This record gives sequence, structure tokens and C-alpha cells, in this order.
Amino acid sequence: MPATLERVPGKRTFARGVHPPDCKALAADAPIEVVATPGEVQIPLLQHTGAPAVPVVKNRQAVVLGELLARAEAFVSAAVHASLAGKVGRETRVTLPNGRHVAALQVRADGEQLEGEALRAEILGGDWPTSGLDSYTPEQIVQAVRAAGVVGLGGAAFPTHVKLTRNAQRPTDVLLLNGSECEPYLTADYRLMVEAPGPIVTGALLAGRAIGAERVLVGIEDNKPQAIRALRQAAAGTGIQIVPVQTKYPMGGERQLIPAVLGREVPTGGLPLDVGVVVLNVGTAAAVARAVVRGRPLTHRVVTVSGPGVVRPRNLLVPIGISYQELIDACGGLREDAARVVAGGPMMGFALGDLETPVTKGTSGITVLTQAELTRDAEQPCVRCGRCVDVCPLHLVPTKIALAAKHRDWDLARRYHMLACMECGCCAFACPSRIPLVQLIRMGKALVPRS
Amino acid sequence: MTEEVSTQTEAPARPEPGFYVAPAPHLAGRGGSSSTRWMMVDVLVALVPVLVAALWVFQWYAVKQVAICVIACLVAESLCMRWRGRCGSVRDLSAVVTGAILALSLPWSAPWYVGAIAGIVAVGLGKVVFGGLGQNLFNPAMVGRAFALVCFPAALGASAYQADGTVLDVVSRATPLTLAKQMGEGSPLWPLFIGNLNGSLGETSALACLLGGLYLCLRRTASWEIPAAIVVTVAVLGGAAHAGGLSVWGAAEHLFGGALLLGAFYIATDPVTSPVTKRGKCLFGMGIGAVVVLIRLFSGYPEGVMFAVLLMNAVTPLINRWTVPRPVGGPVPVRA
Repeated sequence: MPATLERVPGKRTFARGVHPPDCKALAADAPIEVVATPGEVQIPLLQHTGAPAVPVVKNRQAVVLGELLARAEAFVSAAVHASLAGKVGRETRVTLPNGRHVAALQVRADGEQLEGEALRAEILGGDWPTSGLDSYTPEQIVQAVRAAGVVGLGGAAFPTHVKLTRNAQRPTDVLLLNGSECEPYLTADYRLMVEAPGPIVTGALLAGRAIGAERVLVGIEDNKPQAIRALRQAAAGTGIQIVPVQTKYPMGGERQLIPAVLGREVPTGGLPLDVGVVVLNVGTAAAVARAVVRGRPLTHRVVTVSGPGVVRPRNLLVPIGISYQELIDACGGLREDAARVVAGGPMMGFALGDLETPVTKGTSGITVLTQAELTRDAEQPCVRCGRCVDVCPLHLVPTKIALAAKHRDWDLARRYHMLACMECGCCAFACPSRIPLVQLIRMGKALVPRS
Repeated sequence: MTEEVSTQTEAPARPEPGFYVAPAPHLAGRGGSSSTRWMMVDVLVALVPVLVAALWVFQWYAVKQVAICVIACLVAESLCMRWRGRCGSVRDLSAVVTGAILALSLPWSAPWYVGAIAGIVAVGLGKVVFGGLGQNLFNPAMVGRAFALVCFPAALGASAYQADGTVLDVVSRATPLTLAKQMGEGSPLWPLFIGNLNGSLGETSALACLLGGLYLCLRRTASWEIPAAIVVTVAVLGGAAHAGGLSVWGAAEHLFGGALLLGAFYIATDPVTSPVTKRGKCLFGMGIGAVVVLIRLFSGYPEGVMFAVLLMNAVTPLINRWTVPRPVGGPVPVRA
């Protein structure tokens, strides 16, 4: 296989960063299981970056699995579909974990459901072609992805068809799949790579074709040897390269993975597109394959429910719109000492106040932490030890930026490049004085007057 | 029903089970010296070899001096904190570290009130007036020592180190620095390295400073860049001065003699008063090394570590300003 032996220009790591305990053993060996069909789902109309989707269904209208509920009118927007068969309810409002209040459509389960193994086979199983994909034109691929409402499944939920649309001014030569999953506890991408490498490879080939990529690469942290093996096997002969990268937080960030694999530095305030790269999460690639090859929309995703505060950590294939409470119940419920429920991983996830919140396309996991993991140490004065500087993957000076933000000194904040911060949280993780550095910086970024 | 009621009355006012909500990250690093208190404990552990060497050379004079300075610093800290209406800062152990380092920088013969006044000034003027731990511009121990040097020049001058007729043999000779400065006399390297000769309490043994300093750097409580930059600069400049006939001391004597290693590993590495970036730390160390050599060669004082540290402390905010690192991806673009 000459393709896999081809060298990549990156050093397979990035400078600085931290090594939190990965705690993936809790759920790493739990195979993906299909969760029981819930009685109802709440499907938010804005689960993605961009404009909300516009409803096309009426109250009490009967819908089937995968039927369009709301369509994307703006270019940067994504359609949403029914994730089970049933009756549409009234438009409600829900509060997502990130604090946004958005409109949502309720769908009550009604009639026969596709569930269990049949659902799993429909979404992940079956044959995934790796040849003959030339019959799809780039326009067809983008159209199918847009119609399926595919967004980035890694967390930011940026509409995928926007990334795949070719731009004459900024040509791209590399499609980079992100399989690093650097957040502790989360294993959803890992299980997908191990159990269903087929759709990932097909999706990668299709997305690569859409953007006109000369190379398709998959970056996977080297603490997931099984995933690396499974994908190498599935990608044999397709020209896709699997690149093991160092296990280090935040390797899953675009600004870390692209330099690690390709040696290219994404400019501050710019996009991977500026250096000719499109980055997709491995789960997104699988959704692209399903959208193009099977014409099926994004209605389900894999979610890890893990952490020491949950009885039976599992990886679940769940319909979009199911509540966090139901997923936790499916995992045996919360332990008595559960203290915080986090949407996503513990480094960048959002703490939940209300478990009736619906799962969205960007939900990669639920981490339930106990008092033992949470820090309750009192904040102490900064001794300027410089550890935050030593760990900042973007080479900022977090202590100065946090101080500037605290005192609303925007000149100082600008001098220390506050807006370059990507809020990965390494600084707050490393601070021996327990100063909430990234929290202060986040506040500063929200408050700074943008002229 | 009745049972329920009874349990209600026995365990009243249990709040509804709820979840604390807080912004990410939800984890914090553990292990190593992961709190300011543990950093101070690390410094104290690293000071053990130096204290042992001082005990070996100066016997109970060392015990007395360390005890006086530590107690003075602790008393000053607790009094000042009471005046400021704060509590708890004595427990961060920073006053103990300041006291120990101050004592190790004094001569064996300093009377008790010199150590006590220096200790009170170190914490009071060196730290608390700036706002306490983390706010001070200058190294507190060095502020205390400088104050004592100005007030009691006789007790800290070259003559204070030398005395005849005591139980200590080593103090019958002048310190190696004084010998080199005033008589142009070199010193054999081995005693400089081991430490059985005259000097301030903690400075005589290069070996002890290296042992403790290495521990500090390996624990990453001290940044290795600062001592490395100081040592390299002093070695280069000291060696050049020796080659140029300016000094009887060569590079090795400049490194092992005087308070250089004590200053490089324990005093200059105080994180509060040194720059935060790697580049800044290198500049800071180079500055200290250069000033030490300049003072040793051209000033009236035999040793210059204290002045070098204080001088570079004053420049630290400026160095921080000069060495803002370039963010990965370049500076934030200015929007038109």
C-alpha cells in the first residue's frame, strides 16, 4: 500500500497543551446500542451555526421517520427532520445547554417505528461502496448533504454543505477527517470508527470528491489503536491515509490537528479553508455517506453517556431531540453522588441545569461528574508562575488576558491577543492557584466592544 | 403515610436534588505542585541541602539565624494580614520561604535584631504594601536584605564575616569574594564546590545549591530557563574577564563562589518577580548574570547577586511587555 506509506508533513503533535486523565476506559468497550424509541422528541430548529430552519409542517400533521420538518432557507443553515414516526405538536421553546433559547418542534411517537437492530442496520450497516463514487458529481453531493441537514457532529455544528461547496477564490487540496476525540470520557467517535468504518470511508471519499481534494487524511490520537486498525483496513486501496497523532488535549481542535498532520498554520481569525483544508469529524463523514448513498437525512447520532456519576456508561445511537434524562435513564440512571451533568466533555462541555433538554446534532456525549472530580478549591492570588503560558496551545499569555478582562482593560486585552483565544480551557486546567482563567477570558470576549 | 411524615420531621429541609452549574472546564489538573502552598513546600524541600550545608559549616549560628528570620517573617505576615482584615495567608507558607532565604543570605555573625528587622521589612515593605502574595514587584527577601545592608553596613559588610577565636574555623579567613576583590587572591575550586569556607550562611556550598536547584527545576516549581541563563551568562562573562586579566577568578570560580547559585536557583526563580514567558525568563536571567559580573568586577561591593536580582525585578514588567509571544496563527487581524 504505497498510499499509507506516504509521508505527511506535520510533526503529529502541536506545541504545549495538557494531558488530562482520559477516563475513556469507562465506555470504550461498550458497543453502540440503539436506545428505545422515546414517547416524544423535541427537535430544535436551530441546532447549528447560522440561521434557524423554517418549519414546513402543520400542527398535528403525521410524519414518518426522516420526513422534513423545517427547511434551510439561508445558505448557512441546516434542515431538520423527524427522528421518529409520529404526530407533530405545537412549536415550543427550549433552552439548549449553551444557553440559547430556540424554537423547537415536538414530535409524538405514533404508529410503527423502525427500531433496534433494524434501525442500526439502516444507519450504520449494509454495504458502503468505496468505488464507483465518480457517478456523483460534486454538485449532487453538496445538494444531498444540504437536503439531509448534515452539520458538523463534533460539537460546533457548522452546516456541512457550506464546507463542501467549492470556492473558486480559495481552492482546497486536503480533506482532513478528525478522529482525535481528545475530550476525556467521550468514546462516541471511537466506537463509530471501530464498529462502522465503512460509512466513514465512503463519506470521506464523497466529501473529498465534492471539494476536489488531492489527499484525504484521517487524524486519530494514538491512544485508539483499534480505531486506527479498523479504519486502515476499511480504507485499504482507497488512497485515504490514516495518520496517528499524539494523544494530547486539545488535539481535536482544528488549529491543532491541521498543523499536527499537515504542518500548516491556520491564521488567527481565519478558517482551515485559508490553508486549503476542510476538516470534518468522522461522524459527519458517516452522515455524508448516508445522505448521498442512501438519500437519508441526519436523524440519529451516536452519544456517549459516561462519567463516574452514571450507573452504566454506554454508547448509544439516539434520535435527535430525545431528552438527556431519557439517555441517563437508559444507562441505569444517576448515581447518588452525581454532582454535575455536562453536555459534551468535561474540558469544553456545558453544565446542564435541566435534564429535560433535548439532544441536538452537535451533542457528542453526556459526562456525569461527581464531587470528587470537580474542583472546589478556593481561588488564590496569581503568583505568575507562567504555567498557563506553558500550556496554551495558541501561545497566548492567559494570566494577563484574564486580568485585563477582569478589569475591563480592553487595550491590555488587545495587546495580549484576547480574541485569538479558542477557549480550550488548558490554562484553567493547569493553574495551580485555581484562577478561572478561561472563564474570565470568555467573559472578556463577550464584553469587549467590537468596533 | 405515617412513616413518611415521621421521616419528614427527622430530616427536614433537605434541598431538592439539583446540579451545580458552572462554566467549563469542569476538571482541574492534579499532582505535582498543583497549588501555591505546595509550590512553597517544594521550595522548602529544595532548601534542605542548603540548610544542611549551612548547619555543617556554621553550626548553631545557622540555626539561630534561620529561626530568627522565619519567626520575624511569620509574625510580620500575620500582623499585617490582621491589619488588612484578611486571614489565612500565613498558611500559604510564603513567609516561611521568604524568611529561610533571607536568613541564608545573611552572614553568620549578624546580630539577632538585624535578622528580625530584615524579616519584618521583607514581608511588610517587600510584599504586603504591594497587596500581598503575587502583587510584589521585588523579591521580598532581597528587599529585607538590602534594607539591612543600608541600615547596618557594619553587620553585613565584608568585615562582619571574618572573626578570630570562635568555635568555627572557617570564619578565621575572609570570604573567597573578599579575598579575590581586595587581595587579588584566587580560591581553590574544591572547597568552593563543597562549601567548607566563609561566606553567607547558604552560599558557601555550590553542591547543595545544585542539588536543591535541580529538584526545583525537575518539579517545575522553578523555571529552568532562569538559572540556565544566569549560569551561562556568568560563565561567559566571567571567563572573558579572566582571560582579559580583569579578575583572578575564572568562569568556574564565578559560578561556584559567592551567592551565585543560591541566587540563580532560589532567589531569581521567584515566579512572582520574574517574567512569565520563556523568552522573558531567558532575558531576565541574562540580565542578572551580566549585572552580577559587572558588580563583582567593577563596584565597591564584592558580591552583586542581591542588587542584580532587585534591578532585574524592576525591569520584569518591561520584559513582560517586550516578550508577548506571537500567537499561533499570528496576531488578531484588525477589522477594517
